[in-house]
Amino acid sequence: MTILAQRPKSLLDVPMHYCPGCGHGIVHRLMAETFDELNIADRVIGVAPVGCAVFADSYFACDMVQGAHGRGPAIATGIKRSKPGAIVFSYQGDGDLASIGMAEIVHAAVRSEKITVIFINNAIYGMTGGQMAPTTLVGQVATTAPKGRDPELQGWPINMCEMLAQITGSKYLARVAVDSPQNVIKAKQAIKKAFENQVNGVGFSMVEVLSQCPTNWHADPMKALEFVRTKMMPQYPLGVFKDEGAK
Amino acid sequence: MPKIEVDANKCKACYLCVNACPKKCLGPSKTISKKGYFPAEQQRPEDCIGCKMCYLVCPDVAITVIK
Repeated sequence: MTILAQRPKSLLDVPMHYCPGCGHGIVHRLMAETFDELNIADRVIGVAPVGCAVFADSYFACDMVQGAHGRGPAIATGIKRSKPGAIVFSYQGDGDLASIGMAEIVHAAVRSEKITVIFINNAIYGMTGGQMAPTTLVGQVATTAPKGRDPELQGWPINMCEMLAQITGSKYLARVAVDSPQNVIKAKQAIKKAFENQVNGVGFSMVEVLSQCPTNWHADPMKALEFVRTKMMPQYPLGVFKDEGAK
Repeated sequence: MPKIEVDANKCKACYLCVNACPKKCLGPSKTISKKGYFPAEQQRPEDCIGCKMCYLVCPDVAITVIK
């Protein structure tokens, strides 16, 4: 009897608090698998965000810090600079990274801090109950945009990967999704690459993950996957936007 | 024959695994779990090919695939 697939060692054996069908759990697993495969679990230090993943420290078998809202990259910078041997990641959502934490992420990329950022983009504020995020799609209904996001009033969504790709200091930028088994495998490759870059000291790496939020999109998990494919992917095309790992 | 074990204490009945299974051998259980969900279970083990797609999409990492 052989085990083909089981919970990775770096993910603690506890039930997660995320809503049914939420993409956070899949990303947690991919990261934990990466820690196991690269054999870095004992020197990983993570920064948990403010948002749905605020309790991420309860799930990873590594050292974690819970940062102030949006300040993940700044805290990760401090940890990485004081402990250069550590593998430091910042795990952030779209409200955290693209709204209040915009300055921190841009300047971490400008300085090309040797950290890994995992950015979960679900186009809405999840934990606080479905308010409009900077990444909310045009026409998407949120509690603070009850008639749908109107560009005249609230502007257009931000594409973080494309924006950060303009910065010389960013070294690896990829956008992936976790809506289907194929995309989960691609997401795993991108996350692994981002952590390998840090092991090799390449520079700033970020992986943006399009994740489903069935609760705040008011959809069942299958319809949420459909929303990711039909609505989010045209606005946020998948792919690798920058890969300068070898240089 | 590959076997799928679903941890009923972790499963939140999103059924993404049921949706992802190419052989449709998973389905909702008839018994309620401690958390109050009807967890997913392997209903037709004879069709399972051990492709691990259910494991890949499970957000709660509740699935173990054994061969």
